[in-house]
Amino acid sequence: MKDFISQLNKSFESRIRLGIMSVLMVNESIDFLSLKEMLDASDGNIASHVAALEKAEYLTIEKKFVGKKTSTTYTITPFGREAFNQHLNALEQLLKR
Amino acid sequence: MQFKVLLAMDQKEKDYLQDLTEIRSMMEKSSRFISLSGLAGVFAGVFALAGSISAYYILKNFYIAIWYENDIIQLSKDLVLHLFLVAMAVLFLSLFFGYYFTTKKAKKLGHKTWNKTSRLMLINLAIPLFAGGIFCVSLFLHGNLGLIAPTTLIFYGLALVNGSKFTLNDIKYLGYCEMLLGLIATFFIGWGLWFWAFGFGILHIVYGISMYYKYEHKQ
Repeated sequence: MKDFISQLNKSFESRIRLGIMSVLMVNESIDFLSLKEMLDASDGNIASHVAALEKAEYLTIEKKFVGKKTSTTYTITPFGREAFNQHLNALEQLLKR
Repeated sequence: MQFKVLLAMDQKEKDYLQDLTEIRSMMEKSSRFISLSGLAGVFAGVFALAGSISAYYILKNFYIAIWYENDIIQLSKDLVLHLFLVAMAVLFLSLFFGYYFTTKKAKKLGHKTWNKTSRLMLINLAIPLFAGGIFCVSLFLHGNLGLIAPTTLIFYGLALVNGSKFTLNDIKYLGYCEMLLGLIATFFIGWGLWFWAFGFGILHIVYGISMYYKYEHKQ
């Protein structure tokens, strides 16, 4: 039981981060505005959580210009996918006990 | 003391469960457009039935609707125009009410009507429909009129199966039904209008009502 708790990933403890990772798991990539709409959180809030997840190398950020506006898209890394799956398994095991 | 620890555990467990629920809902919400309303289906079905009935009477009242000229089938221009207007009215009314009920449901769920998932759903619906539409024009120009109604059913079914990946999964089974009905109809040329009325009318109404009771009635 203790073992499962240690498998829970601290990086995914906030609700917003869980949301970001869940969305990225099922979408090839997602832009900032769509992510914001789905999570219903403020710009700054999302940006800081995304930055933390990028630092952990769970996702990559791509910025490009669409006309004059910048568009930012996020993609999950294979490492991030593995980490999130592990976290999900740990959650499931904890509830199964 | 021990009691307190147990309580804390329960709380923790609730949090994990909530986490999992949240993850599941996020995955679903970000990859599927779930605001599609069952009532949209019911209204589309009713309009399709009304359209079929008026098409039936239009066809009945045209005595010299079809004749042959140099072995090529000819249609009365008036008849084609009448049927075209009926079809357009059905299409327009269905889309209008479909949009109306879907935005209403989206608002209730707190979702947007126009977002990534609805775009994906529409694009995936449109691709087989576009191919089917061109194919029907070709059938019309070659005089294969009897195959037009079955073809619309088949391609509409394919479109639903294709689009169902981005919306409520139930749509897939409606797609299979429409496809099967269209394929059966290809063996009963001349009954096209009846198959069409059943596929676009009755099936839409039945499916719309069942979807409405499954997803919207309770909420």
